[in-house]
Amino acid sequence: MIQDDLKDLYQEMIVDHSRHPRNCRKIEHPTCAAAGNNPLCGDQLTLYVQLEGDRIRDLSFEGKGCAISMASASMMTEYLKNRTKQEALNHFEKFHQLVTEDGSASTLSDSDLELLGKLRVFSGVSEFPSRVKCASLAWHTLVNALRGNGEIATTESGTEVVASGQGDHS
Amino acid sequence: MSIHPNIKKIRADFPILETSVRGKPLIYLDNAATTQKPRQVIERIQKYYQEENANIHRGVHYLSERATIAYENTRKKVQKFIGAESPKEIVFTRGTTEGINLVAQTFGRLRVKAGDQILISEMEHHSNIVPWQLLCEQVGATLNVIPFDFKGELMEAEFDRQIERYAENIKLIALTHVSNALGTINPVERLIQKAHAEEIPVLLDGAQAVPHLPVDVKKLDCDFYVFSAHKIYGPTGVGVLYAKKQWLEEMPPYQGGGDMISSVTFKKTTYNEVPYKFEAGTPNIEGVIALEAALDYVSSLGLEKIAAHEMALLKQLEQAVQADAKLKEFVRPVGTAKEKAAVYSFTLGDIHPHDAGTILDRMGIAVRGGHHCAQPVMDHFGIPGTLRASFAVYNTPEEVNALVTGLHQVLEVFK
Repeated sequence: MIQDDLKDLYQEMIVDHSRHPRNCRKIEHPTCAAAGNNPLCGDQLTLYVQLEGDRIRDLSFEGKGCAISMASASMMTEYLKNRTKQEALNHFEKFHQLVTEDGSASTLSDSDLELLGKLRVFSGVSEFPSRVKCASLAWHTLVNALRGNGEIATTESGTEVVASGQGDHS
Repeated sequence: MSIHPNIKKIRADFPILETSVRGKPLIYLDNAATTQKPRQVIERIQKYYQEENANIHRGVHYLSERATIAYENTRKKVQKFIGAESPKEIVFTRGTTEGINLVAQTFGRLRVKAGDQILISEMEHHSNIVPWQLLCEQVGATLNVIPFDFKGELMEAEFDRQIERYAENIKLIALTHVSNALGTINPVERLIQKAHAEEIPVLLDGAQAVPHLPVDVKKLDCDFYVFSAHKIYGPTGVGVLYAKKQWLEEMPPYQGGGDMISSVTFKKTTYNEVPYKFEAGTPNIEGVIALEAALDYVSSLGLEKIAAHEMALLKQLEQAVQADAKLKEFVRPVGTAKEKAAVYSFTLGDIHPHDAGTILDRMGIAVRGGHHCAQPVMDHFGIPGTLRASFAVYNTPEEVNALVTGLHQVLEVFK
């Protein structure tokens, strides 16, 4: 039997996505890509984005790391597919608030929470400040990829964008 | 190996053990990272600020003299605790890390030249790797590494081969006495004898040794020995560098400033005598003074009894894992040296140590998960990190049982 209070962070959905990550593959000719690295846990991932105009047509990742980082990457790729770049950046803000703000002091509105949908399973992360970077690694990497002016940012071209050291100061 | 007879009274000495973590009683098993502090240490710091606070080694007034006496008494206490010849061989630092950096930048800059070598082991903490890398970069020397085997034991044959082959070039050997990530106790006395036969000085990183086993620097005959107060129930920000007096006399100062001089003019400065030459600026006075209280506390319990208590808990955990079909299937101990301190480092199936650590934390259990500042050790085993339970004198058999239950919960979440 699992104690009830252990379920709030490691909900079945998170465990499932970490065990069976979705969109965990390489996109051969992505519009943009970036590598992310969380030295604390040793989480490493590469994110691939296929844009069609301003819209994310395909989004995938490859990598390894803790369950929180893998589940977050997996669920983010599902969540953002077919959304616009601007939407992705806006949702990053909301997601960041979700994982950093204490539930009772959260400034997210009901409509924000509705918008985040399944991603709300990550709200338990806010109780564990040391794990915020794990949950937000994929998102930081995505922002780096999208802001890379559409260039492919990979290790091969020597312009790797590393998401480590991004602020999670809140 | 037995539980300390005064365990109840000991626990009552540590106010923090009454903490509840997310509604659960705290079970603190991260003692290799830092130990909790007994009332005796906490109260000593308070007493200093309420009754003795003044700068040391200069004032002629009452408080300064009292503070100076207390500070220097700690030096004598440390000297006796580790069996040094003279209190002049005891230098106070900020911690083990600063002690190693001090030796690298003073002894190292004096003695190590281009083409020379520093010899370390594969099981070192980053603090006994990076200072030597910095030195090697500065002077054009090479850092050589002695590997360890699958059990986490130093490959002594390789040690022998290196010192025989490079005796002329190796200017210092820097080794951990007890590995923080594996728990391995290195056969340092024998290694030092071999090194000295080739006239190579040896530094020992004793951060994980001093809290758990009696250390006698004279018997070991090491040239340098470093440790931290906070891992032996003392405050953070204080450490000890022991060095043979001949080395301290020969070494140039580490930092310049007040207290490390005997006279200063704009033309020439004369340095103070040892060990003050290495203690520039106002030190962590309350920390040093409280270290004396910590060492008194350890002595009152008996270091051998402390070690026996911790080993009893380690054996209990090892046996519990062996006797439990499910844990036996998933738990893989990392570091199974024959001579080992009370550190249990392990992986749990393919569950990331930080995930397991977070779930255990939810149950009030503090263990360390990660690379333990010893990434080369993790690379050796091809893992991102381990979980590590490390014991101290206030831990109990019930807490070991709670950890076993906790590991079952982790496996349940990730089944």
